[in-house]
Formats: sequence, C-alpha cells, structure tokens
Amino acid sequence: MSGSIQVAEQVAGARPSTPGLRRYAVPVLLFAALALAPWLAVAAFGAEGYVLSLLSRVMIFAIAAIALDLILGYGALVSFGHAAFLGIGAYSVGILSSHGIEDAFIQLAVTLGASALFALVTGAISLRTKGVYFIMITLAFGQMLFFLATSLAAYGGDDGLTLANKSLVFGQKLIEGDRVFYYVVFGCLLGVYLLGRSIVASRFGRVLRGTRENATRMEAIGYHPFRYQLTAYVISGMMAGLAGFLLANQAEFVSPAYMTWQRSGELIFMVILGGMASLHGAVLGAAAFLLLEEYLAGWTEHWKMIFGPLLILVVLFVRGGIMGLIGRGRDA
Amino acid sequence: MPEPLLKLDHLRKAYGALVVTDDVSLEVRPGELHAIIGPNGAGKTTLIHQMSGLARSDSGRIVFDGHEITRLPMHERVRRGLARSFQITSILPAFSALENVALAVQARSGSSFRMFGDAAREEALNEPALAALNLVNLGHRAHVPAGLLSHGEKRQLELAVALATEPKLLLLDEPLAGTGHEESERVVEILRGLKGRYTIVLIEHDMEAVFALADRVSVLVYGRVIATDTPERVRANAEVRAAYLGEEAA
Repeated sequence: MSGSIQVAEQVAGARPSTPGLRRYAVPVLLFAALALAPWLAVAAFGAEGYVLSLLSRVMIFAIAAIALDLILGYGALVSFGHAAFLGIGAYSVGILSSHGIEDAFIQLAVTLGASALFALVTGAISLRTKGVYFIMITLAFGQMLFFLATSLAAYGGDDGLTLANKSLVFGQKLIEGDRVFYYVVFGCLLGVYLLGRSIVASRFGRVLRGTRENATRMEAIGYHPFRYQLTAYVISGMMAGLAGFLLANQAEFVSPAYMTWQRSGELIFMVILGGMASLHGAVLGAAAFLLLEEYLAGWTEHWKMIFGPLLILVVLFVRGGIMGLIGRGRDA
Repeated sequence: MPEPLLKLDHLRKAYGALVVTDDVSLEVRPGELHAIIGPNGAGKTTLIHQMSGLARSDSGRIVFDGHEITRLPMHERVRRGLARSFQITSILPAFSALENVALAVQARSGSSFRMFGDAAREEALNEPALAALNLVNLGHRAHVPAGLLSHGEKRQLELAVALATEPKLLLLDEPLAGTGHEESERVVEILRGLKGRYTIVLIEHDMEAVFALADRVSVLVYGRVIATDTPERVRANAEVRAAYLGEEAA
C-alpha cells in the first residue's frame, strides 16, 4: 500500500534531466508498483486477500477519478454528479444478474451503453450552463438517479441487492479469484489511463484544453466548443460507468450508496488531491484518499475529525495536489 | 464597381434604452483596408462583435461574400472566412505560440474529433502555423508559452491566429491597443505587409496609424456612421472635425 508514496519520493529525489523522462517517470513507476503489488503484499503483510481487495477498490476509484479528471482537469467542467455513472455501472450488473444474465460482456455492453446515453442526455442539457450552474445541474441529475435507485423496490430499494457471484466470462467463474480480479481491474485502469493520455494529446484533446483556457477564442477560430465538451462528457461517463461495473463485481453487492452526492464530492476531491490535469495524478489522489481513509478508520472511530481537516489543509497549502508536490505540475 | 465582400444593411443593436448601433450601413470592398474610427463609446467594438457574430443584431442584415450571415454563430462565420482579432488580448496562455496558431489551422483541416495521434507533432498543422507566425515576425518565439510573450508579441500572435484561419476578411479590433511606441510601429509594419493580400476591417484608436494604412475610413459617432471616405477627405470633413477630430486637432 505504500507503493505510490514510495514512487513519489523516488521521483522527487531522482530529478531526472530530460523532459521525456520526467513526464513518464511517475506513471511508469506508479503502474509498475501496482502491477507488482500482489507479490509485495504477500511479502510485506502476508494478508494478500485484504491488500488485494483494498487495492482493487483503489484502482476502481482511480478509473472513476481519471474519468472525472478528463473533463474537470482538461475541460474545466466540474461535474458534481459523476457518482451517478458508478451507480449506472453497478446497477447494470445488479439488475441483469438478478434476471439471470450474468455474462460480463453483456453486462459491460449495457453499462457502457446506458452510461453513454445518460451522459449524452444530461450532458446536452448541463453543458448549456456554465460555472456554478453546471455544478448544480449535474448534482441534480445525480440526485435524480440516486432517488430512482432507492425507489427500485424490485431491486432492493434502499438496501440494495447482493450478487450471487461475480460476472461470468464465457459462462465460467473466471474472475472470481482475488488475484485474477485484481489484474482485471489493473488492466482496465491501464487501458483507461492510456486511452485518456491519447485523447488528451490528440487533436480532440487539444480542442478540449483550448476550450478550458478560453471558449470564446475557440469560437473565434471556428470551433463549436459544445460538441467537443459533450463528446468528452460522454467518454468520461462511460469510463466512470466501467468503474461502477467493476465496483459491483468487487463488492458483489449493489446499492444506492454508490451514487450519493457525497461520493461525487469524493471523486472531485480525489482529482484535486492528486493534482488536476495529469491523469496519473487522479490515480495518486484516489490512492491517497482511500488509503488514508482506511488507515485513519482503523486507528480511531472518529477518523473523519482528522480526515476532513487534513484534506482542507492539502487543498489550502499544496497547490497542484500530490503531482504538485512531486514537482511536475500539469502538462498543458 | 465590384460586389462588396461585406455589407452591413441598416444594422441596429440596443442594450435596453441605449442604442449602440444605430442604423449602420456599410460596404467593405474586396482587397481594401477599411478603417472604422470614432470617439470612445461610439460603438466600435459592439459593431465588430455584430460583424463577427459575438453579439446578435436586433435588426438589419449582414451579407458576407454573397450570403446572408446575420443569424450565423461566430464559429460558422469563421468557417466562411470571416476572422477576427480581439481588443483585449485573447490567446491561450498555457499553449505555446505555435500551438495557439496550430489550433486555428486544425479548425480548418480535417476532423478535430481524432482521439489518437499526438497533435503537437503533426507537421501538417505545425508547418502552416509556423508560416503564419513568420508572417507576423514571430517565428523565433514559436515555442514560448503564449502567456510569457510581451504585450506587443501577444498582439502579433493575435494576428497570426486570425491569419491561420485562412480568412477572406480580417476584422481587427484595435490591434495597437496598449502597445508602446516601438511595438506599435512593428504591428503597423506587419499590417502594411498584409494590406492588399487580405481584405481588412480595422478598428483603431491610433489616428496616425489609421490615416497611414487605410484606403477608406468610416467615422462612427454615437452608433451612427457620419462619413465614409478616403482618409484625406475624412480629415477635411467638417462634420467629422466637429464631432470627433476637432478636439484632437486643436
């Protein structure tokens, strides 16, 4: 679990000289640490199951945080309803499973389709507003979905529903084991991260980043920012939906608690904590947030008394989050 | 006489009771540098906003290149070849000068929905971008973040970005605003180089520059065009002197 923190220290101490190395050092070390974590866990703790399930959870939220960073960090779109997509992914698994459709690929297709549709409709409406109004309207859509979930009596209502087992792959329980599931999540995280990197550097990403800086300027050179923002919002929603799909499988349980507005707030916090607009910062942020929460909760039951002020201090005094501490800042 | 490239036909715009653009009719001929001058508060910037599509017109028509564009949004007008620069420097500070221009090139070349491939390394975008930078003598500053350029250089970058959209008509909103003497001479020199190659509408405060550059000058006072003529005749126009130049000439 100390993998990410060690990475940070190593990089800060190493001060590599070439810009290319600087840019790649953090993500390479971060993903290497995550790839090796199951072995490290056995060696260091001997409690593989616990560590793997904790780190799987970290990586799942890292996917959601990357999704949010894509529009928040690179598009300056503060979505306060992103937990809704976690819920869509989770309920896609839960509802289909309860009807006996346990195939992972079908569930995933439904997850991505439903997330994209929800993002398309709510995004098309939300993106007509700006600033605080955008925040409020995404929050409202998120809450709408939350209350819809609590009212689904057939699927457990408030209490949620328990899955009999994880999703089936080719009709087999292939992803049931802790280690296998860990690497499935790892693969998803890596894929989402690389896709994110590609998008950010691409023509599309450059338009998104330009719009973040100055939307009027973008219109004045012939772009219609709305289309690019909406596309980014849909991609982000699908990524977060994938996280929800994994979350349901990890917990083998689905409930409206996955999509509370507090959860949306936590996602924003993870992104800010890690440092906006770097994508791997979002991974570090998710890790720091969840590991700290886990550690403090094991230490005292009043852990929120410490956790809250700590987060406030980080936001106040560490500009650029963890990535800012490492000294990389954001790459425009 | 050739068809005008841009034609404003009884254009009007009011903010509440305040009429900012009052029945403005104007023709910009292809190839000319047409300056619009006027005292502060005459409505120059509002007029350029209406032409570029940043502000909607209450009534009247705008015809560009034979097509009515009165209701088109700004980005559509840009695609038809109507580019503008801003009075308040409006560049992307975190992007390099080259990237600022490359984005404008990108808007005209192929899809911007491509999500793979490093846009910053696309020669097809960078080459025309560099050419536009060289046109405004900024090639040597291509890789400097735009936010770190001097004020004058930012004005030059504004021009390069507008040029990179491959416009038929350039709307320049006070390109000399806030520049020092030396910087403004540099920008005037660049404008002289562009003159004749592009049709230009120039809104400017600096009279010296206007009279040196313009083929024709329109004078805007309280939202109305009181004269459109050659610089010499505008300078001699009694009404113009009374309304505007009088105080400066004195």
